[in-house]
Amino acid sequence: MTAIEQTSPVVAEKREGNRAWRKLKASRSATAGLIIIGFFAILAICAPILPIPDPVATSWSAIRKAPSAAHWLGTDDLGRDILSRMVWGARASLMAGIFSVTLAVVIGVPFGILAGYFGGWVDLVISRITEALLAMPFLIMAIALAAFLGPSLTNAMISIGLTAMPIFVRLTRGQVLAVKQEDFVEGARSVGLGHVDIMSRYILPNVTAPIIVQATLTVATAIIAEASLSFLGLGQQPPAASWGSMLNVAKNFLSQAPWMAMWPGAAIFLVVIGFNLLGDGLRDALDPREH
Amino acid sequence: MSTPVLSVKNLTTSFRVDGQWKSVVRDISFDVGAGETVAIVGESGSGKSVTSLSIMRLLAANSSRIDGKIFLNGRDLVALSEKEMRSVRGNEMAMIFQEPMTSLNPIFTIGRQISEVLTRHKGMTAAEARDETIRLLEKVRIPNAKGRFDEYPHQFSGGMRQRVMIAMALASKPKLLIADEPTTALDVTIQGQILDLIKVLQEEEGMSVLFITHDMGVVAEISDRTIVMFRGEAVETGKTDDIFHRGQHAYTRALLSAVPKLGSMEGRKLPLRFPIVDVKTGISTEPSEEKDTVSKKGPILEVKNLVTRFAIRSGLFSRQTGAIHAVENVSFDLREGETLSLVGESGCGKSTTGRSIMRLIEPTSGQIQLDGYNVRDLRGSDLRRMRKSIQMIFQDPFSSLNPRMTVGAAVAEPFIKHQMGSKRQAQEKAADLLERVGLSSAMMNRYPHEFSGGQRQRIAIARALSLDPKVIVADESVSALDVSIKAQVCNLLLDLQESLNLAFLFISHDMAVVERVSHRVAVMYLGEIVEIGPRASVFENPQHPYTKKLMAAVPVPDPARRGIRRGISNDELKSPVRPNGYQPPQREYREVSSGHFVQVA
Repeated sequence: MTAIEQTSPVVAEKREGNRAWRKLKASRSATAGLIIIGFFAILAICAPILPIPDPVATSWSAIRKAPSAAHWLGTDDLGRDILSRMVWGARASLMAGIFSVTLAVVIGVPFGILAGYFGGWVDLVISRITEALLAMPFLIMAIALAAFLGPSLTNAMISIGLTAMPIFVRLTRGQVLAVKQEDFVEGARSVGLGHVDIMSRYILPNVTAPIIVQATLTVATAIIAEASLSFLGLGQQPPAASWGSMLNVAKNFLSQAPWMAMWPGAAIFLVVIGFNLLGDGLRDALDPREH
Repeated sequence: MSTPVLSVKNLTTSFRVDGQWKSVVRDISFDVGAGETVAIVGESGSGKSVTSLSIMRLLAANSSRIDGKIFLNGRDLVALSEKEMRSVRGNEMAMIFQEPMTSLNPIFTIGRQISEVLTRHKGMTAAEARDETIRLLEKVRIPNAKGRFDEYPHQFSGGMRQRVMIAMALASKPKLLIADEPTTALDVTIQGQILDLIKVLQEEEGMSVLFITHDMGVVAEISDRTIVMFRGEAVETGKTDDIFHRGQHAYTRALLSAVPKLGSMEGRKLPLRFPIVDVKTGISTEPSEEKDTVSKKGPILEVKNLVTRFAIRSGLFSRQTGAIHAVENVSFDLREGETLSLVGESGCGKSTTGRSIMRLIEPTSGQIQLDGYNVRDLRGSDLRRMRKSIQMIFQDPFSSLNPRMTVGAAVAEPFIKHQMGSKRQAQEKAADLLERVGLSSAMMNRYPHEFSGGQRQRIAIARALSLDPKVIVADESVSALDVSIKAQVCNLLLDLQESLNLAFLFISHDMAVVERVSHRVAVMYLGEIVEIGPRASVFENPQHPYTKKLMAAVPVPDPARRGIRRGISNDELKSPVRPNGYQPPQREYREVSSGHFVQVA
């Protein structure tokens, strides 16, 4: 090393931009996922300004019409334009998926970290409650909660979120148990860090990858759960549209009007794939160990 | 020499990385004669294991490529199909691996696992296979082989499992045994037993052995001829004696000079740095005489009658049924600028002692005085403040740094959290510390995975130093490193001791390193210190039978000193598990010479 280098002041190497974001963009599957989700998200946001018919306007003259120039995706059993309902339904479905999973993560992950990190009676209490909740079938639990809270889209989202929460408690707890064994956690204790610092800076960043992947999968489950609740009248209230409620109506007309089921089914399928692709990409991008 | 059992000609093994072929073993040729032991020695990444896996053809076919010829008893293995290879593997040649804990299937009895090889490869009936299996288990000196036939792997210790693996490898009477670091995961006294066993079995069975290792001591102990590998190439091949005494290649000489030799410190009182040899030129810089760093003041750390026990609970209501007496009545002190080594084998309580002193584990009883703190009485924030005085460096540099934190942040963090200065000062301190441990301060924004094992250990050291501690607990801190890196990190620790007047509690199982770096040594066995004293006195005049046994088991990297047959014993390490109500006996110590104490009863 030369003298010049030695005397030069502390200049750290430039941070390599936002590494995770660059890696995410480089991943083909993540990009595909982002494009799919972005497409539906834009549709949902722009629904009021798009030149489409009123999604709740019925027409006795256009019941169960196949796709045509007038109705690009056809009409349903009450003569409503399916394209229009799809666009408006995207709002309910995407919101239901994202909001309920966010709720589940925000509540579930901290409890999981507490249980895994402290162990002992904290773990005992949290884990037993989690197991009790997990023992009840997902949908029945969501229905019971939604019925208790009263029928509306918001309450449906809350009940789906609360129902999905135990999955995240258990997943996080398991991850924390593994990470807790690593020397760097003991190292953090040995330099005198407190529990909050260790949990937020040493444990949480090292357990996010599987949580993100699970979250994207759960978004898909939540979208389908919202559909079921809507079908039972506990979710999106008619005549407002959601993909799930459209699908549930459509199943009565599968042979006469297959397009009624095809479009919402395809949309759910695409969005679910989109979230899964994005989840995979995120997992890789968020891990500094993988190049 | 008659026809060799194994003849490797111009072996080149490549892996496909991002669509490009990258060779990791280049143009290697060697023979293994009948009844001969050949060792391949090298550091991590030298390609020694890939060479053995290439010979076994165990590399994934779609991402690897083997060029050259490998003749086993005159048949070219490279030309064989995967199906034909299957009848060669475990039949004409067998392999034993490093990790005895995971290489046996935990859900089958060991008897079943061995007899399966016999019924499959040798067409034996179940009854014949059972008899043969028992014979094999006896052959590898497993006591009460008949009774242990139906036991599961978890009921065996690591050394015993490695014996089972060897028995399994011998089942088909192979011509060639490939042993890939078979003793690396074992304790030193167990390692001695296994090396002896391999040697004896080789004579009894007339096998050839290809032995892969990183340990020059093991090479000197076991091999007739040696191949030294460096970055995928065989830099030197020759008789083991010639390699050790008349090594031609610069790398061979560099490697050998970095190897700590037990007994090389005779006549010296102070620790000594390792000579550092240039890998390209082979010129070695001899270490200068050390200064005496030990403070004349009173001890910075005083441990009195430390006891740490872990309860063993079982049954429906988790009743306590016994306790692991991990640390039992341990007392010692440590001065500034002094290195006290705790040595012993796994389960002897040396790491638990270090962790108990830092209160990472709660001790059961005893007193710990550290830099004015009465450690056992501290609570909450006082406890955290105490940790400024004592820091720890861990064994595994791959798990001791948070992978999600840049190294600059990792080094600066303790300083910031203890409010020892502003963020800017913390940055400057971190930069200074990184330079101090031999890294560039420009690397601050990198993540741990971008560094090699040795560099990470330096980062861990920098982080430990950021609080200006007085005592450092180094728990096997150099054990996972390659010899040349190990030498450098040891030298760094000695440099830091000299400049910062640090006291080290150096926890290690490696007697040769301990001999080099310590002022005083404490030998631990079953949770107790059985012998403690100045390093020169303990190493030159060991008194306790366990100390003697430990020293005798260390393989010495000098083929001329081989052949001290230890006699195949199969003692196992005892466990410090005690029933409820166990009263540890009162121990008495005899003073051998000034400051050198040995447990007598």
